Amino acid sequence: MSKYTEEELQKELETKEYEYGFYTDIESDTFPKGLNEDIVRAISKKKNEPEWMTEWRLDAFKIWSEMEEPEWANVHYEKPDFQAISYYSAPKKADPNKTLDDVDPELLEMYKKLGISIDEQKKLQGVAIDIVVDSVSVATTFKKTLAEKGIIFCPISEAIQEHPELVKKYLGTVVPKKDNFYAALNSAVFTDGSFCYIPKGVRCPMELSTYFRINEAGTGQFERTLVIADEGSYVSYLEGCTAPSRDENQLHAAVVELIAMDDAEIKYSTVQNWFPGNAEGKGGVYNFVTKRGLCETNSKISWTQVETGSAVTWKYPSCVLKGDHSVGEFYSIAVTNNYQQADTGTKMIHLGKNTRSTIISKGISAGKSQNSYRGLVQIASKAENARNFSQCDSLLMGNKCGAHTFPYIEAKNKTAQIEHEATTSKIGEDQIFYCNQRGIDTEKAIALIVNGFSKEVLNKLPMEFAVEAQKLLEISLEGSVG
Amino acid sequence: MLHIKNLHAGIEEKGILRGINLEVKAGEVHAIMGPNGSGKSTLSSVIAGKEEYEVTDGEIFLNGENIEELGPEERAHEGVFLSFQYPVEIPGVSVTNFVKTAINETRKAKGLEDMPASEMLKKIREKAELLEIDRRFLSRSLNEGFSGGEKKRNEIFQMAMLEPKLAILDETDSGLDIDALRIVANGVNKLRSKDNAVIVITHYQRLLDYIVPDFVHVLHNGKIVKSGTKELALELEEKGYDWIKQEATI
Repeated sequence: MSKYTEEELQKELETKEYEYGFYTDIESDTFPKGLNEDIVRAISKKKNEPEWMTEWRLDAFKIWSEMEEPEWANVHYEKPDFQAISYYSAPKKADPNKTLDDVDPELLEMYKKLGISIDEQKKLQGVAIDIVVDSVSVATTFKKTLAEKGIIFCPISEAIQEHPELVKKYLGTVVPKKDNFYAALNSAVFTDGSFCYIPKGVRCPMELSTYFRINEAGTGQFERTLVIADEGSYVSYLEGCTAPSRDENQLHAAVVELIAMDDAEIKYSTVQNWFPGNAEGKGGVYNFVTKRGLCETNSKISWTQVETGSAVTWKYPSCVLKGDHSVGEFYSIAVTNNYQQADTGTKMIHLGKNTRSTIISKGISAGKSQNSYRGLVQIASKAENARNFSQCDSLLMGNKCGAHTFPYIEAKNKTAQIEHEATTSKIGEDQIFYCNQRGIDTEKAIALIVNGFSKEVLNKLPMEFAVEAQKLLEISLEGSVG
Repeated sequence: MLHIKNLHAGIEEKGILRGINLEVKAGEVHAIMGPNGSGKSTLSSVIAGKEEYEVTDGEIFLNGENIEELGPEERAHEGVFLSFQYPVEIPGVSVTNFVKTAINETRKAKGLEDMPASEMLKKIREKAELLEIDRRFLSRSLNEGFSGGEKKRNEIFQMAMLEPKLAILDETDSGLDIDALRIVANGVNKLRSKDNAVIVITHYQRLLDYIVPDFVHVLHNGKIVKSGTKELALELEEKGYDWIKQEATI
């Protein structure tokens, strides 16, 4: 990644608009609006899927049709009209068989604007990227290097064709179709996403990365990610998301499933900056995501997320600690500004003996936004000596925002040790004045205070991501002091 | 260096300073003493530019320039430093990172490049030694969990790093034991030069044994009611403030 300098930051601080709000005019192939069995079949056909996959989708559609949209989260929004969304949109010129040189130059230009040009990425060491624009993976880099180690990293649509045995075996095992309303919807209509398999004992030599982006107006993005780390393997997976700014709300309902087999470790990091809506609360992405990981014996799953975007966020990356001695971690920074609403947290389900989990959640609220932490720590009756530590800190800016904490603890085994700490603080005028007095202006002072507040989580991110995340925090909060 | 003329200031319509006149020249040390509530801390906040305070009359000149329109960070860039009576905590921001940011922001305001890391490191090492500060202390979060003495020493450390033209020490002696007081005073003395000036705000004579002032002013009811040399401080120590108050009301 190119070096990030103070001047660049300064330039960014001057532009108050959503930085990634450009729209690329590429011809795309979009389905008519609405959802029914025929659309589900059409998606499956478009993807040239085998019969079992079509049936799987139809079953999910049936389940979804009978479900109600959940209302328990602490968010208020106009419910999406699911018949007014187009469920498939692919850039027309995309063809997975083409080489990079054949990719639409406008697409490449778009990646450049995102700061992730493939040209550059190819030169970079250590990061392989699978880019999902709207619904189709356009290009997957580094595939060859990975293939030598037996690692499979490809669009999930390709995995359905090439590795049906793996997909069939694991898809929907961690997040079942009927898990929740959005998971069911995703299962019926998901158009793309990433698939990753790390063979036994292999340590993935580079960070695997996916960049998602919603481009077409009125489309929902339903990506599906499946990561399988076989026994004793290790993988670090990065996911970044942006969307162009639009007046209407766009729906994003993803499902991510992680499977860590015995002694395996998965690190999953997300930087999410979908369009948050404008300063008046118009537009923005509805981000309703189900992320869950399954831990077998002695394995570890670590979720790290920096959430600065979306108008409404509903997201709880969770760990099912099934195997004995397994470890689950959740590190989160959630920033809300203007009229954004976030209801996010995690679930740590302790089933095995000596399982451990750590939750560090940092919520930052500014403007008129509402930021909720919602977390469940569940200790099953057979989970001897399970331990959890949770820490939820909230930072408020101004008098019009809200921070809420909803911790749920269910312990059915009396050997459990559960700790929960929570703090709420406000950026005070005294802190700002103190910084000012040392020559630090207010904007910079806030960036400093916020970065200090978020440090424990930022430290968990891979280096390139940490820099981007730090920039994002500053951009999302600018102009929030009044 | 600093010239204050007939300064009236207050907070939320309540007048606190009622006509302060003060001139501080380069190379001088001025002590401002006075009973609780006389306006000492208000004076330091107003000079530093704290926005809650409203200046209703009078002027403050720094190096001949009226600083009324300057924000607190701009005054800092001009060389004003305030050692706070109650320094605030900034969790997760190390002392080193904070000082580095302060120095580079000030340099940026002057159109200079960031200080090279090696130079920064050398300076930190040198000033930490001067104030007998342990290196581990510098990686701790700013003022978080610091003892009263550590907070004050950290303030003077920042002063040493920033090398201000005008340093205002607001009750830097409070909360210090005698050893810490000696270290802090010693640090301040080493930083004194013919080009900078220091205003020491204090209740007690004690600090003035170590930082010897050229002038002592007594503040009462928002006015300087008596000025003199260091002997005045001794007199105050002996007789208290009551005689000043009486003199002032006559």
